[in-house]
Amino acid sequence: MTVPLRVVLVDDHAMFRSGVRAEVGRDVDVVGEAADVDSAVAMIGATAPDVVLLDVHLPGGGGTEVVRRVHLRAPDTRFLALSVSDAAEDVIGVIRLGARGYVTKNITGPELVAAIRRVADGDAVFSPRLAGFVLDAFAGTIEVAQIDEDLDRLTEREREVMRLIARGYAYKEVAKELFISIKTVETHVSSVLRKLQLSSRHELSRWASDRRLI
Amino acid sequence: MSTSTGAGAVTGQTALPVASVPRRAFRPGEGQMVGGVAAGLAHHLGLDVFWVRLGFVVATWFSGFGVLVYAALWRLLPLRTEDEVPAGVGAATRRGLRTQPSRLPGGDVGQAVALLTLGVGVILLLQRVGWGLDGRILWPVLTAVAGFALVWRQADEAQRARWRGAAPGVPVLGVLTAGGVGSVVRLGLGVALVAASIGLFVAQVSGFSVLGDVAGATALALLGLALLVGPWVHRLSRDLAAERRARVRSQERADMAAHLHDSVLQTLAMLQRNADDPRAVARLARRQERELRLWLYDEQVAGESLCRALTTAAAETEDMHDVAVEVICVGDAGVDDGTTALARAAGEAMVNAARHSGAAKVDVYAEVSAASAEVFVRDRGVGFDPDALPAGRMGVRQSIIGRMERHGGSAQIRSSPGAGTEVHLSLARGDAS
Repeated sequence: MTVPLRVVLVDDHAMFRSGVRAEVGRDVDVVGEAADVDSAVAMIGATAPDVVLLDVHLPGGGGTEVVRRVHLRAPDTRFLALSVSDAAEDVIGVIRLGARGYVTKNITGPELVAAIRRVADGDAVFSPRLAGFVLDAFAGTIEVAQIDEDLDRLTEREREVMRLIARGYAYKEVAKELFISIKTVETHVSSVLRKLQLSSRHELSRWASDRRLI
Repeated sequence: MSTSTGAGAVTGQTALPVASVPRRAFRPGEGQMVGGVAAGLAHHLGLDVFWVRLGFVVATWFSGFGVLVYAALWRLLPLRTEDEVPAGVGAATRRGLRTQPSRLPGGDVGQAVALLTLGVGVILLLQRVGWGLDGRILWPVLTAVAGFALVWRQADEAQRARWRGAAPGVPVLGVLTAGGVGSVVRLGLGVALVAASIGLFVAQVSGFSVLGDVAGATALALLGLALLVGPWVHRLSRDLAAERRARVRSQERADMAAHLHDSVLQTLAMLQRNADDPRAVARLARRQERELRLWLYDEQVAGESLCRALTTAAAETEDMHDVAVEVICVGDAGVDDGTTALARAAGEAMVNAARHSGAAKVDVYAEVSAASAEVFVRDRGVGFDPDALPAGRMGVRQSIIGRMERHGGSAQIRSSPGAGTEVHLSLARGDAS
């Protein structure tokens, strides 16, 4: 049997931490918990986990601060953002700093375990909501003369994948729908994640003011 | 013995306040006879208010000492503020959800009148005997005291009204008019009494002939004073108005938060009572979660929109049919005949999925571009063969497909047994606004 994944749980609500621990504890090894930015950075440094489950809202500067400080020392640490906050700028903010996925807190236990495995494998985890945010962020037309054009635009295939995920399709179902392999779906999603993190589209930075009525 | 009951009352009252913080005396906001000084002092000292009032009356016999002390305390003791009550209670009070009990020994009118009569009677007696003040001073002083009492009382009213957030926008006027017509009458009477007392004093000291000159000079002096301090008062009043607006805003936020916390408490109570019914628990939790999420994270979009209509339909479906419905919107559109039909058809599709698919979750995805609006409603339930629809579901299907087609759109239903169902609604937006 393979060694279970080592996970650190960062959330300021003790009740939620114990709930998650109870749900995923059989499938992964929860090696540490932390309730704020400082203790999270220390705990991650001490345990070097495979995946950090990270709340977006944390006392001491928020989840983004944890990602930033941990990545200064250990750039390979993998984060999965977990939140009740549906505020787009928070979610996009933590993804742009390096988290490899975002799921909402009402996710079921098995789905969460699957998401943790996916992040540990270096893939990206896109919930329907995050896919919706991405489509919103990359919506509209861009001037041709833009620099970094590749980064600022989703390919038609990537857009299709995002759309299906937003419609509630699992990766497997997306693959079946588009007649491609799951691996290809994962490649597309990772590519979208990279664009989301690296793109300089100003819509991404001033997100909140930009959700317009078409 | 009478003292033993008195002592019992004393311990009974002093046991109430919390001991750890140094207690401050204050004047009660309600139920006072004049300024509430006696009632506040009685509460602070743990005495019956009668003895305090009697003390003031007796002290007044000695050259009006009691009145001076009373006036000083009136100015020095703060009015009881509402800050001491818990946030939820304060919010409930402001929203009129509870009646405010008067918690202090308050107004026994008969007793106060009796004490007043006793006090005035003794003073008149002292005057008659010749031990009192000079008559030329006494009457102006009495008139002035009554006038000041009226004006100060009105100032208290204004302060209370400000705490309730009920005072009008202009602070200076607010002091004058908080409390309606009665307050204006009270204030006018007070000022008139004070003016009369000054006039009386001047007339008695220098004769009635100089009264006109003095009145003219006073009016001029007042005018000069008004010109001098006018700008300062104006600025002060503007600052006060800004401060009050900020306070009203923060109170509104506190009220909103209290409302939400209250509804969470209700939900928790319901959860405990329905602990053995998992579907009911899930439904209650979902509804509460939706309400909180909406308040905490949703940008407050003014007016109606397609996305909002879909969210509302999803919420209704969740409540009626015990499923989770997640709505994702990319772009949004205003409300017109087309988008209304789209939202209605999507709502039908959600209800169908909830009722017939057996899936625990329904995904709704709406995408609005300049050219078209599309809604996908998807479940992972039992599915069905669209070509062999049961008769009972023909009508529903017509209400989705028919509705879309009437508004120039289309609806496709993709389903097969065991693979769930997806309803795809689309609507062209030719003349997008």
